[in-house]
Amino acid sequence: MKYTACMKPNSAISNHNQINPCPALRRVLKSPELRHALVMKNPIAPLDYARRWWMRLTLLGVFVFLYAPIVTLVAFSFNNSRRNIVWRGFTFKYYEKAWNNDSLFEAFTNSLTIAFVSTLISTVLGALVAVLLWRFRFPLKSVYEGVASLPIVIPEICMGVAMLAFFARSGWPSGLPWPLNLGAITIAHISFSFPFVAVVVRARLASFNRELEEAARDLGASEWQTFRDVLIPHMRPGLVAGALLAFTLSLDDFVITFFTSGPDTVTFPVKVYSMVRFSVTPEVNAASTALIVITLLLTTLALWMQNRSQSGTPEPA
Amino acid sequence: MSAAPSIIQIRNIVKRFGAQVTAVDDVSLEIREGEFFALLGPSGCGKTTLLRMLAGFEIPTSGNLLIDGQEMGGVAPNKRPVNMVFQSYAVFPHMSVFDNAGYGLKVTGTPKAEIRERVREVLALVHLEDYETRKPDQLSGGQRQRVALARALIKRPRVLLLDEPLSALDAKLREAMQLELVKLQQMVGITFVIVTHDQNEALSMADRIAVMEDGKVRQIATPTELYEDPNCYFVADFIGKMNLLSGTVQASGKGTVTVAVEKLGTLTVPCSTETSGNLHLAIRPEKLLVSETPLPDHLLAFSGRVATFAYHGSESHVFVTTDSGVTLSATLPNRHRHSAAFEPGQKLWIGWEPEDTLVLTE
Repeated sequence: MKYTACMKPNSAISNHNQINPCPALRRVLKSPELRHALVMKNPIAPLDYARRWWMRLTLLGVFVFLYAPIVTLVAFSFNNSRRNIVWRGFTFKYYEKAWNNDSLFEAFTNSLTIAFVSTLISTVLGALVAVLLWRFRFPLKSVYEGVASLPIVIPEICMGVAMLAFFARSGWPSGLPWPLNLGAITIAHISFSFPFVAVVVRARLASFNRELEEAARDLGASEWQTFRDVLIPHMRPGLVAGALLAFTLSLDDFVITFFTSGPDTVTFPVKVYSMVRFSVTPEVNAASTALIVITLLLTTLALWMQNRSQSGTPEPA
Repeated sequence: MSAAPSIIQIRNIVKRFGAQVTAVDDVSLEIREGEFFALLGPSGCGKTTLLRMLAGFEIPTSGNLLIDGQEMGGVAPNKRPVNMVFQSYAVFPHMSVFDNAGYGLKVTGTPKAEIRERVREVLALVHLEDYETRKPDQLSGGQRQRVALARALIKRPRVLLLDEPLSALDAKLREAMQLELVKLQQMVGITFVIVTHDQNEALSMADRIAVMEDGKVRQIATPTELYEDPNCYFVADFIGKMNLLSGTVQASGKGTVTVAVEKLGTLTVPCSTETSGNLHLAIRPEKLLVSETPLPDHLLAFSGRVATFAYHGSESHVFVTTDSGVTLSATLPNRHRHSAAFEPGQKLWIGWEPEDTLVLTE
């Protein structure tokens, strides 16, 4: 059975050839140029994985897996249905509703405020840690290195409980006016995001040519001028990437925030969680879509900035 | 030339890294104003460490360093009247050629108009006038090096330090840059101190060369002296090619020395000083004569057979094993298009003038 099944296409081809007896046409059909043009523009090289069908299929599968939920979320934000289970028509209504939902809007503003402040501080702090660890040798350096990256590996829930205990025990003032009341959450966010910045920036620093620093000093620059004119430009891609990371980490953090937020300091993820507990309305979808758009815009902006300073890549030795 | 005052005085400089490594071991030397001075030696001999101490990037363990009569101990790199061209060029990748060249003036607060003028001037000096707005990644290796040169020269330093400046260039470009560097040095009149492991580079460019080995200076001399009168075995062996024969002094005095060389027998060669004990005789391969017929009696000559014959274009190297079993190499210029080639195993006579023999006691 198998054998005949295999043979069939072959015999079909030979039949086909017999039907076209004209030798000129046959030559054209068999010519490598035509086969090139029709079948494969170029032969597939051994490492040309992107042109193999199974690779493309896997890729498609991965993309569907990654983005189908998000696409669904965005699509259903336009659904004209309160229950939001089946599609009942297109509407912008829920965007308007989300916009006019004061507590949701407040949570959104809180999240963005916290994200901006914690990104700023953790980028500076992370960059300084990276420079310190890259540049100096001091006793217990490896211990310090380990401790500094601890927040990356500690389970978030432990970190959250620790933060809760810390702020409760230390008598952190509550009931401060906005935005000071966000202090506790902001500090918590800084403490878990600056190690990420440090890791990214340090990786970037590894490719720094120390002779650049010496050259600047040799040309009369002070330590500070050297740092500003030579080291920071080199670190820039790492700083941008680290800041982006810190921003998204802060924006979507739920666990740690949940433990450190009070009734009047609700962030967006915490708010969404409390809304979802009743029902998933298109309003939640709409607010989430807005968040996705903001994140995308910021990422694009950051990538664009990074591309603009592309010549900041290390020169080949 | 000897009348020129010293611009750099190095006195008993020692540099240790940890307890084990002595990179520079009690080096003293003087570099004269306006000189093109080369520090030459194999890798790891301490020449780069010495240069970095001049620039201020390494602090000497002991000893004194004076530049232009000023003690440099405790003076930071940015306060020294020297500038450096780095081996990797260290051109700032995020700055244009103009900004690179002008950086040294900008950080010291020079007015913009003056920076503009001096950058123009110095870029013209290194033939990069049309590249002002280019970024380093749009430049070739040779051009990047010119940027590094311009950036250092714009500061009008008393001394320009160059760390293996030509090692990353291809052979043709390297040769052109050697000539250009010498021309540039004569034009600006600044003292150049260059570190190199390439003896051809040092011999063709420098006024004087210090040969270093294991952190010590072996000889400081002009290129000709270094080549024709090396003062020790290391320098003789390191610079150029050399036939080295070891032997024991049998008689010494009256301007000659008689040496018993293993296998070759007793050789009498001119020698101005009286010596005894073991020493080396050295003869440059191009001073050896090769003949298919016996050589004149006044030469130190031996019969032998061709071991290897190697054609090198402008010259050929022939290795002759004497009947007593010593292999000598001779360099023969290919003066004619079809200069003689020798077959391995061919019988030959090889010899040299006694006065072309160097006597090395160290």
